[in-house]
Amino acid sequence: MAEVIEKKASEKQSEPLFSKKNKGLMTDPLFDNNPITIQVLGICSALAITAELKASIVMSVAVLFVLSIGNVVISLMRNIIPSKIRIIVQLVVVATLVIVVDLVLKAFAYELSKQLSVFVGLIITNCIIMGRFEAFALGNGPWKSFLDGLGNAAGYGLILILVGFFRELLGSGTLLGIKVLGDPIEKTGLYALGYENNGFMLLAPMALITVGIIIWIQRSRNKSLIEN
Amino acid sequence: MSLKNKLHDLKEHYKGKKMAPAFNAIHTFLYAPNEVTHKGSHIRGVDDLKRTMNMVILAMVPCLIWGIFNAGFQHYTAVQGAAAPAFTSFVDHLQYFFTWDNFILGATKVVPILVVSYLVGLVVEFIFAVIKGHEVEEGYLVTGMLVPLIVPVDIPLWMLAVAVVFGVVIGKEVFGGTGMNILNPALTIRAFLFFAYPTWMSGDKVWVHDAVARTGTADAISGETVLGMLAQKKELSYSIAEAFFGYIPGSIGETSTLLCILGAAILIFTKIASWRIILSGVLGALAMGTIFNGVIDQGWITEGSKFYALMSLPAWQHLVIGGFAFGITFMATDPVSGAQTNKGKYWYGFLIGFFAIMIRVFNPAYPEGIMLAILLMNVFAPTIDHYVVQGNVKRRLKRLKVKTA
Repeated sequence: MAEVIEKKASEKQSEPLFSKKNKGLMTDPLFDNNPITIQVLGICSALAITAELKASIVMSVAVLFVLSIGNVVISLMRNIIPSKIRIIVQLVVVATLVIVVDLVLKAFAYELSKQLSVFVGLIITNCIIMGRFEAFALGNGPWKSFLDGLGNAAGYGLILILVGFFRELLGSGTLLGIKVLGDPIEKTGLYALGYENNGFMLLAPMALITVGIIIWIQRSRNKSLIEN
Repeated sequence: MSLKNKLHDLKEHYKGKKMAPAFNAIHTFLYAPNEVTHKGSHIRGVDDLKRTMNMVILAMVPCLIWGIFNAGFQHYTAVQGAAAPAFTSFVDHLQYFFTWDNFILGATKVVPILVVSYLVGLVVEFIFAVIKGHEVEEGYLVTGMLVPLIVPVDIPLWMLAVAVVFGVVIGKEVFGGTGMNILNPALTIRAFLFFAYPTWMSGDKVWVHDAVARTGTADAISGETVLGMLAQKKELSYSIAEAFFGYIPGSIGETSTLLCILGAAILIFTKIASWRIILSGVLGALAMGTIFNGVIDQGWITEGSKFYALMSLPAWQHLVIGGFAFGITFMATDPVSGAQTNKGKYWYGFLIGFFAIMIRVFNPAYPEGIMLAILLMNVFAPTIDHYVVQGNVKRRLKRLKVKTA
């Protein structure tokens, strides 16, 4: 709530588009207020689709689109939405955007959309999106909401891509489908030395542990993030 | 000046500095410390943690020695067809078992595994002790010994090293080190190996040295475990007596039920392992086995079913085959990850035995149910303890009310 009041006061004076505060809206969620590692939101999709880097990237872009546009739409409507039915209105907005993403994927990247399967549809229930609508877009102007959406989606995508990178590299020995470590069947590259892919990396528990390790590293580098 | 004094001087010299725990660790590893353990779940009268750990290691030494000879014995038996005549009795068979050839081959396979296990594990422990600024804890001494005993003989050493790093860091250090872990670190290491590199941890090739390398050649050999044969409904080529004494392929140190019983006796006698867990674990396994036997007797499962062979195995024979005896003796009784209350220990042990046999029968793809059963119950141990304690509180409250009323 403090955020909202503060915002109303500042809106009265005209502010440069990329003032320090506005930049903070974008950069904070990348690190010190990351939706996944700090707020622990959106974990389900982070576990489910990060076995491959490509899927992680597509998912990040999809969420980036849905969250930034959705934030702007909600922000524009914020004064005319009756508060009793705001959740329904938010759901309609997300659902519309998600359907757009889903159809675009089906049209232009059919294989990938099959691989992401229900998880594109489940962006609707991604806590990050509803969370940002509720906490930010309902109380702030469209430009700020847009930046906030971009920042949070980027923070989410950053972790997704990081996890996807390690899981695909260690689990399948590939990156974006390219065999960077050599061919496991023909025994070239690292595989000639007896290296083998770590099948555990492809299973969901390892995604959880990878996210855990990222959280661990982040908090031990910045002690102020540790809760008592 | 003696080595002890030199080490002591070094220790004094580095006191308060960053590297101090590393030197202290070398000192206490070689010589008796002046302090006994005073906190954590290992506290026990005048015993210190190191003494406790040493007793456990001592109890495992027979299994290790047997494992070394067995590695050679299984290899030569498979390669030469029948190096030893058919099994007649335990004592008669020993002369074919304790041979130099067996020992040399076994030692060249098992000792590197032992060294890698200890080296990697202790390096991780040292690093964490230096970062966190506490003394190096003795916890890894037991884990480092357990790990070689529960892996197949041909496991690539780099895989083992990766698994040990994972097991010690994720299984133990993230929770705060020795005495704080939820899961048994040795089993975490084995579970990691199993899920990460299943081709090296299951099947009919990995249990005998050289079987993997010979796959597809004219000299191909196989080394299926008793459980593997049962899962595939093959005719058993080992008698139950052989399985009991340990003349069978399997993970390095777990084949001999006899030596596990010996280890259990040492641990129970020195009051390190809980007899409640071991006893109820055996009962749990027998209960599940008897239920399965009953299902067979009722004719609900016919011979065509893939579960038939494992289900129809007499309940008591489940205790002898696979890693059940080893797991229930050395890993279910881990005082840190197990249940703490006496009543809780009965439940904890019983459910381990119960689930171990259930997993063994219903999912033969898992090489041994006991591993997953113990890990599962490790997670539930605090819950069991919670209900035991709450039950006790309730009973006493009731008694109080009766008195005051």
